[in-house]
Amino acid sequence: MTLSPGTRDRLIGLASPVVLLLLWEGCARLGWVDARFFPAPSRIAANFVKLASTGELWTNLSASLDRLFWGYLLGGIPALLLGLAMGLYRPIRALVDPLVAATYPIPKSAILPLMLLIFGLGEASKVAMVALGVFYPMIINTTAGVLEIDRIYLDVGKNFGAGRWQTFRTIALPGAAPLIMAGVKLGAGLGLVLIAIAEMVGAQSGIGYMIWNAWQLMAVDTMFVGLIVIALLGFAFNWALDEIERWLLPWKARG
Amino acid sequence: MAVPQLAPTPVKTPLPPAKIAIAGLFKTFATRTGPFTALDGIGLDIARGNFCTIVGPSGCGKTTLLRILAGLETATAGEVTIVADDPAKPLNAMVFQGESIFPWMTVWNNAAYGLKMRGAPRAHIREVVAHYLDRTGLAPFADRYPHQLSGGMKQRVSIARAFATDPEVLLMDEPFSALDEQNRTLLQEELLRIWDEAKKTVVFITHSVDEAVTLGDRIVVMTAHPGRIKAIVEVPFPRPRQVLGLRRDPAYGALVFRIWGDLRDEVDRARRQEAEIEP
Repeated sequence: MTLSPGTRDRLIGLASPVVLLLLWEGCARLGWVDARFFPAPSRIAANFVKLASTGELWTNLSASLDRLFWGYLLGGIPALLLGLAMGLYRPIRALVDPLVAATYPIPKSAILPLMLLIFGLGEASKVAMVALGVFYPMIINTTAGVLEIDRIYLDVGKNFGAGRWQTFRTIALPGAAPLIMAGVKLGAGLGLVLIAIAEMVGAQSGIGYMIWNAWQLMAVDTMFVGLIVIALLGFAFNWALDEIERWLLPWKARG
Repeated sequence: MAVPQLAPTPVKTPLPPAKIAIAGLFKTFATRTGPFTALDGIGLDIARGNFCTIVGPSGCGKTTLLRILAGLETATAGEVTIVADDPAKPLNAMVFQGESIFPWMTVWNNAAYGLKMRGAPRAHIREVVAHYLDRTGLAPFADRYPHQLSGGMKQRVSIARAFATDPEVLLMDEPFSALDEQNRTLLQEELLRIWDEAKKTVVFITHSVDEAVTLGDRIVVMTAHPGRIKAIVEVPFPRPRQVLGLRRDPAYGALVFRIWGDLRDEVDRARRQEAEIEP
């Protein structure tokens, strides 16, 4: 039987986690790993169903999704606009670039105490953390995306009388779109990392809170459910963004 | 600075007033090794409805000259005037060298770009774009994206985009230089056919003497380092022209040969200078 390389890759991609899970299940049942720390996948699944039916999982999930949504919006949109402006106008780039370069290497998780200090223990500090995570990859990628646009397209815009806003809309934004999308994907991943961390400190809801709470109660099953939910979220975001990219950028030739 | 004066052309009707007037044009670029003079006192009048081709060795500043005409570059000194007959029309539209159509727009949207930027009414855009896509044979590909097109088709889109805005002056910067011989001939033929409809004033840059003679009413031969006008040659062939038919004409060969003579000294000189500069 011959398979196309794409189908083969997909099958291999599907097989590797399944094999790993089976291995884990076997080891847990045979007592090769300590089931208190690594409960069998079947037990985790059962707990998943239980948490879902009691509604506990959905409360926490929706709290996290809510914060992620506002964080993506509040971090992503300013980064997009500022990044476009930085790419198009040298003085703005000269002004903002050093600030971005200086603050970017600070681990975002290290900023959490500062965020708590500024925004308090409520929703705002969590949203701010996500926003921060999205902001950097977005602004850096958007700027690079605009700078990478072939100069000839800007000449075309000028020659055919495109104004400032039209240049923005018809050249800078679509021209930078592939790199912007890459930034969105990076930001989505970082946002997940940061929401989990932020919710572990002083939150009363959210997947991060669920994981932290489970650790404190030694409810290891629940902890793993939380980890799996985050993994699934990451996978779902990536898939959704791939679809959005396909729809937004029909002009990109794909191999 | 001696700028060759235009010899009065032997035609029955008096020359119409110049559509494009270039006077005492200088352009100097700052480089690491000091100022570089790209254009050294260019003076040239181009008559209304004239198809003017500019031919010269690479580095003779012909693209710089065109970019100044297009308003994409400013001259160091001198003046360029394009006479507007209709203030509602754009002064110029350019067909760029290389790939200049937007990869993120369909053929249709690319061709409509200039009109959209000028805020033309939708019905007008639809009509004009349909006309030029039809003329360039692109109508069946209106919804395609550039990555699905061949090089020749991309340049057709670029030509349609420029013609669609109905500019006072059409500027073309080696539009066919990246194409293979067959495609180039086809596009030259198409360009002549479209041009015959409206007889716009055209400035067409090329490094191909054949192309300059085939398309032009008048050929401006430029020298390199610094860029100056060496000769202006009138092309006597009647219109409408047929690209391949023209090439059979002995007068065509003679003219190409003559311009080559003008140009060869320049190419040789440019090459020697480059050899001196390169270590």
